[in-house]
Amino acid sequence: MAAGNGTQQRTISALVQDKPGVLARISGLFRRRGFNIASLAVGRSESPGLSRMTFVVEGPEEVVKHVAAQLDRLIDVVEVRDITESNIVWRELALIKVNAPAKTRGEVLELTNVYRANVIDIGVESLTMEISGGRQKIDSLIELLRKFGLLEVIRTGRVATLRGTLVEGEDDGLFQSDASSPTYILPVTSGESGSV
Amino acid sequence: MSKHLSGSQIVCEALLKEGVDVVFGIPGGAILPLYGVLSQYPDLRHILTRHEQGAAHSADGYSRSTGKVGVAFATSGPGATNLVTGLATAMMDSVPMVAITGQVGRAAIGTDAFQEADITGASMPLTKHNYLVMRADDLGATVHEAFHIARTGRPGPVLIDIPKDVFTEMGNYDPDAPLDLPGYQIPCKAEESQVEAAAKLINESEKPVILAGHGVVLSRAFDELRELAEKAQIPVVTTLLGISSFPEDHVLSTGFPGMHGMAYSSLAVDQADLIINFGSRFDDRIVGDAKRFSRSSKKIHVDIDPAEINKTIAVDAPVVGNIKDIFGQLLPKVKQKTHLEWLQHIEHLKAEHPSLRIPESDRLMGQHVVKALSDVTKGEAIITTGVGQHQMWAAQHYQFKNANSWLSSGGAGTMGYEVPSAIGAQVGNPDKLIWSICGDGGFQMTLMELATAVENNLPVKYAIMNNNHLGMITQWQDFFYEGDFQAETYTANPDFVKLAEAYGMKGIRVTKQDELESAIAEANAHDGPVIVDFVIEKVDDLYPMIPAGQSVEELIEEPN
Repeated sequence: MAAGNGTQQRTISALVQDKPGVLARISGLFRRRGFNIASLAVGRSESPGLSRMTFVVEGPEEVVKHVAAQLDRLIDVVEVRDITESNIVWRELALIKVNAPAKTRGEVLELTNVYRANVIDIGVESLTMEISGGRQKIDSLIELLRKFGLLEVIRTGRVATLRGTLVEGEDDGLFQSDASSPTYILPVTSGESGSV
Repeated sequence: MSKHLSGSQIVCEALLKEGVDVVFGIPGGAILPLYGVLSQYPDLRHILTRHEQGAAHSADGYSRSTGKVGVAFATSGPGATNLVTGLATAMMDSVPMVAITGQVGRAAIGTDAFQEADITGASMPLTKHNYLVMRADDLGATVHEAFHIARTGRPGPVLIDIPKDVFTEMGNYDPDAPLDLPGYQIPCKAEESQVEAAAKLINESEKPVILAGHGVVLSRAFDELRELAEKAQIPVVTTLLGISSFPEDHVLSTGFPGMHGMAYSSLAVDQADLIINFGSRFDDRIVGDAKRFSRSSKKIHVDIDPAEINKTIAVDAPVVGNIKDIFGQLLPKVKQKTHLEWLQHIEHLKAEHPSLRIPESDRLMGQHVVKALSDVTKGEAIITTGVGQHQMWAAQHYQFKNANSWLSSGGAGTMGYEVPSAIGAQVGNPDKLIWSICGDGGFQMTLMELATAVENNLPVKYAIMNNNHLGMITQWQDFFYEGDFQAETYTANPDFVKLAEAYGMKGIRVTKQDELESAIAEANAHDGPVIVDFVIEKVDDLYPMIPAGQSVEELIEEPN
């Protein structure tokens, strides 16, 4: 889980009351306790009146390991779990708008297919695709698209849940393990259940 | 059964249902509709303070001294922001309080209206929880939730902000509606495995020390603490806020440790093989350098707040739950012991490091004053203090006999706490003797509340340690800033005896040691508030001292 220089990333899943000001309470807590939010995803949960938040926080190891306990002190936080060391499956979604004039469009579309991204909008000079998966998969696609001219990259941040089986996904933890690596490794596809 | 009432009425009915009989506050435009119905609720006694900070600290002093939730009212804008120091003080020391503030009308919120301030935003990090209530229908449930949150678990202040037109709106109030607080759990008993692990460490230890913090006071576990200490013959060190959780004339009482604590107390903590921490958060004033804090000991940390475990000090056995319940679980598992050798060693430490230095001087010193107060009141008064040298002299030299008789701003370190907190304590304890030990600096931060004491016939005794200096500042500038004294001297203090008289109080001045006892007795005998102006030596350093961030290795016991 180490990200180098004594800093650490942790994945926290929290069920919170869907009320005004909840995000301000949480972000205020993070600020004053010295936690840095690497990514944050919020949305309505399966229970009415409750939202699910998935955070990836980073900071010194001694500090970030207290994130869940501190969050649990907030009255509006109903349930919180630090799932960093748990057997989790997680995904991130990105929308990527890239230059795609007729000359290079074929090549861009081929990458789209390899990465199982979907083209959701197409114009004369550009196209927009959506891709979901682990961070490494998205990072490597972005890296490959860079030479065509990236116009816009929008990422959701990570959402995560505990696995329903005891079978561990080997590369689901890539978000963390590659965090300190300056180079991206082209992922190997491994069938439908893979985590590319 | 649901009632149809105005928002103001709902607030008052809900307060009464929570058992509130006194409120400290000061009105203003946005909260006037609430004041407008107070005459319908004569059982809600309102104490008019002169400043909102005074209302907050009075509610705090009332709460600490009675165990009930203190309540403060303030209006919007500056009224609400003036409460903030009081909220922060209560938050740092886990004091249960509910503050109700008026807000501008709903339509004006967010428009920078006259006397508008975002008090829920401002107080977010300084309260346990806060609310902005936008419908009269929600008021009743919110008040009940606020009290529940304030007084349960790790207690703390809760603020309810109410727009002016929500006070006047009609709404439904169901006093019996269940609370809707999913995920809010109140720890009571600890897991049995944690208790077992702690009991094992206690039974194996040869040199144990109990570190009793504010948690013991807040959970009113005085008898249980004493029972455990006596059963296993464990010396009891109290933190600054743990003072008066254990009788100081008890043979096992080992003082308070840390920056200005007793040297023998700090040394006992350092030399122990086991620290049993009941409800202290290993504050930096006790720990100093965390890496060098009591290196050879194992640590048990009993706390109601799981977020405190391993926050500053890594512990061997965490026990999470309500301290009073945990004592009940722990007591039968702890074996009777004598720890004779260790207790003899502590006696030796006490003899070798007396720590309660009273300088040999013909002049009047702060320590003389506290010693005399302790003797004349037989250690039975409730003491409130401000922050600084006088606070430490009070902590060191007053020998507390009664449980929960020490009210001081430990975490926030709020100067000015002494004047209004004493008012709150006296309101909550009309038959008890309250002495407020003040510095001349802090006293002048909140002295306007003297009028509140006079107006309500509250016989608080104010002891001003008057040295025309910010004493602690003077000492730090001397020790750590090469004697470069800046802004440490007060050259224009008022004549505090005349000030007392101007407020219609009794004023007494004491300048000599041999006047002390008679002046204190005279103040005690007076049926009304008194200021005693103790004109003490201008500059006197406070010992023992462990400089900030250091350890017992840097302990300074006496002046060079």
